[in-house]
Amino acid sequence: MVRAGKISGNFMIISINGAAHEVADGMTVAQAVRTLTAATTGVAVALNDEVVTRGAWETTALSDRDRVEVLTAVQGG
Amino acid sequence: MDDLIIAGEKFSSRLIMGTGGAPSLEVLDQALAASGTELTTVAMRRLDPGARGSVLDVLRERDIKVLPNTAGCFTAGEAVLTARLAREALGTNWLKLEVIADERTLLPDPIETFDAAERLVADGFVVLPYIGDDPALARRLEQAGCAAVMPLGAPIGSGLGIRNPHNIELIVEAATVPVILDAGIGTASDAALAMELGCDAVLLATAVTRAQRPDLMAAAMKGAVAAGRLARQAGRIPRRRYAEASSPMSP
Repeated sequence: MVRAGKISGNFMIISINGAAHEVADGMTVAQAVRTLTAATTGVAVALNDEVVTRGAWETTALSDRDRVEVLTAVQGG
Repeated sequence: MDDLIIAGEKFSSRLIMGTGGAPSLEVLDQALAASGTELTTVAMRRLDPGARGSVLDVLRERDIKVLPNTAGCFTAGEAVLTARLAREALGTNWLKLEVIADERTLLPDPIETFDAAERLVADGFVVLPYIGDDPALARRLEQAGCAAVMPLGAPIGSGLGIRNPHNIELIVEAATVPVILDAGIGTASDAALAMELGCDAVLLATAVTRAQRPDLMAAAMKGAVAAGRLARQAGRIPRRRYAEASSPMSP
């Protein structure tokens, strides 16, 4: 379990790239991405198997048990 | 010029490169440069915060168009999600669709591939599906709106060459979209054969990235693809059972 962001008041458990994190209520997709990288280009996010477009990262709040996947391009194929 | 045209976009190189298997980004960079490629595949994976350098930087520096793939997907649903993530991350609607049936053979699953292709075409993607050497499936995928078809020569990474040249010829005869021989290439003569059979381009990775000298093999592949293309356009002589004298015996 990794603590990410400020924990104040209620918290929730989310998964970021398969790892469980205990985070403050109201954490956004943008904040979840920033636990891994400062990059905002070349990166894409799926929230519970649905794409969250870059423009919606700041305004999309996470809920308990959400699964966040942060992907990028790597060597392959 | 004898350009390769996919979905209206022109490429002067008919060699499409993959990036898997290279020991380092530096080796990959040198191989890509030697290959002369203008279109190169990348895979989509979970972001690794510890990773240094990015394959995307290498491609950008070389002004090579990125072709994301759906490597690692086993179902149409996974492939569609990966495609949408690739479009979001890389800003391209081009996609090498790859839906694998099992880990051991890495052969493409035709049912899942077709399902995903239909959904992705409807979603506005330029879809280049990786398939078996199946002329019927190639035709169906073209009818479904795919921008090219990419039959295998042999299983991924096997280096076995083109196991069924007859089927590749049948696919080429029927296709009105580009046919790109994908997977199985082991050495330069395999790439030349693909072009002689009438393929419009060749996609390969392992044969170069795992060669003892990747940059040399990349240069060999570049030459082989160009030579095979020329030979196809030149029109080879028919095969004969017996000799035919090249000079008449009597005037």
